[in-house]
Amino acid sequence: MFENLVTWSRVKSPWVYHLNSGSCNGCDIEILAALMPRFDAERFGVLLQGTPRHADVVVATGPVTEQLKEKVIRCYEQVPEPKFVVAVGQCAISGAIFDGSYCTHGGIDKIIPVNAYIPGCPPKPEAILDGVVKLLTSLTEG
Amino acid sequence: MAEVTIPIGPIHPALKEPERFMITIEGETVVAADVRIGHIHRGIEKLAESKTYIQNLYLTERICGICSFTHTTNFSQATEEILGIEVPKRGVYLRTIVNELERIHSHLLWIGVAGHEMGFDTLFMYSWDDREIVQDLLEIMTGNRVNYAYNTIGGVRRDMSPEIAQKALKAMDKLEVAMQKYIDIGLNEDTILKRTQGVGVLSPADARRLTAVGPRLRASGIKYDVRKADPHAAYDEVPFEVITSDTHDVHGQYVVRALETLESIKMVRWMVTNLPDGDYRVKTPRKVPEGESFSRTEAPRGEDIHWLVANGTDKPERLKIRAPTYANIANVAFNLKGAHIADVPMIVAGIDPCMGCMDRVIIIDADKKTQTVTDEAGLWKFANDWYANGGKK
Repeated sequence: MFENLVTWSRVKSPWVYHLNSGSCNGCDIEILAALMPRFDAERFGVLLQGTPRHADVVVATGPVTEQLKEKVIRCYEQVPEPKFVVAVGQCAISGAIFDGSYCTHGGIDKIIPVNAYIPGCPPKPEAILDGVVKLLTSLTEG
Repeated sequence: MAEVTIPIGPIHPALKEPERFMITIEGETVVAADVRIGHIHRGIEKLAESKTYIQNLYLTERICGICSFTHTTNFSQATEEILGIEVPKRGVYLRTIVNELERIHSHLLWIGVAGHEMGFDTLFMYSWDDREIVQDLLEIMTGNRVNYAYNTIGGVRRDMSPEIAQKALKAMDKLEVAMQKYIDIGLNEDTILKRTQGVGVLSPADARRLTAVGPRLRASGIKYDVRKADPHAAYDEVPFEVITSDTHDVHGQYVVRALETLESIKMVRWMVTNLPDGDYRVKTPRKVPEGESFSRTEAPRGEDIHWLVANGTDKPERLKIRAPTYANIANVAFNLKGAHIADVPMIVAGIDPCMGCMDRVIIIDADKKTQTVTDEAGLWKFANDWYANGGKK
């Protein structure tokens, strides 16, 4: 009973932390666009947080640069359990065009565990919303 | 009073991109500021050497997602110059139209971010909502909202049909109404006036000395715009004004950007109605003959420079890029000194920083394990000492 209540409240108001691990900004402005009045992610209870300590879901972009590797891990560790990571964009999934560079790691899942992937370069705000909703639906189903 | 050093970043809530600012404060006043850049260094210049010219178009596009088009324009212009190719007039016009649409979307984005930094989130929401008008138009024209993949060497990849032209004109009418609203807000709204007037004042002399570019330079009263000073694409034919401000502060930057957007709307309208007929691209050879070229464009944030060396193969020998934020970050560090701590986000956001653009250059002193990039005086001292010691530290 109590667990159901916790899951229900988690699904109804996922607090999101936006983590940029060296992306070109394209995915980041699309994530912001998803929160803007046109797409309005807040109607699903999605709220952007300024610190990882308040977040349930980490929305991560970028191919993880050498400089940011440790900071990404630290941010991930600060998120309270249970935590979910959504990799947004092609770079976050596989490194995409930056694959083969001397200072990128080729994707978020090389560094931290990832729960959902949203492909696209950059994904459209609709796709980002769809990905977040899919992740939340999978939570209710167990 | 004791001095306290506060590290801000690299991952922090104010900006969406990682960057580290070391700010030393005494009471409420900033006495020293250092900017540590390089967190988003992805090795683009080196990667460019391993990719063909066509692949490099997609790579340069991803230097920065906001001003992606200006980078591909620059790269195509540099390649076309070595190839000795004349782009058809229609192609040049279409390129210029998308360049201006990009400026409109970027400036609207900045107005929103500036509003957010000063705690005026209503403005953020409104301006990003109106930005969707131009995003829709870009999507119809090019097929994507952010990284358009519209440029190619020898022209552009899609034509503009009369229906799209009609839609563009309608969108410009809507945007003009919206922009008038933001100009009104910028000139009369107390929140904006109190948070921006007299903040981040950069005198014209300092702006020149610290190599400011773009709206930051024009807000310091210097009438310099690459579109006028060294016209590329169709800018020598399109009528427009260079906007400057004599207030030299962040408010000046707001006004310059808002009025510039209005100019861009007029330019797009003029170009769509006067679009020349004919081809929009020419076929180009894959291999580029030996040679060097230099191209610059006015990105939404300022002057963007590409320097290309070709060696006769289908891959470049060297590509050097200097993006506008790299030129602007020196004046941010300068302006932070003596500022009130609450004004720090406004000053940083003022130049419309785009770290993705800037972070291709990195200075690390491995011997001393220093974490900060020195300021200009420090660099001069370093250079002088280096030469005085015959090239040793």
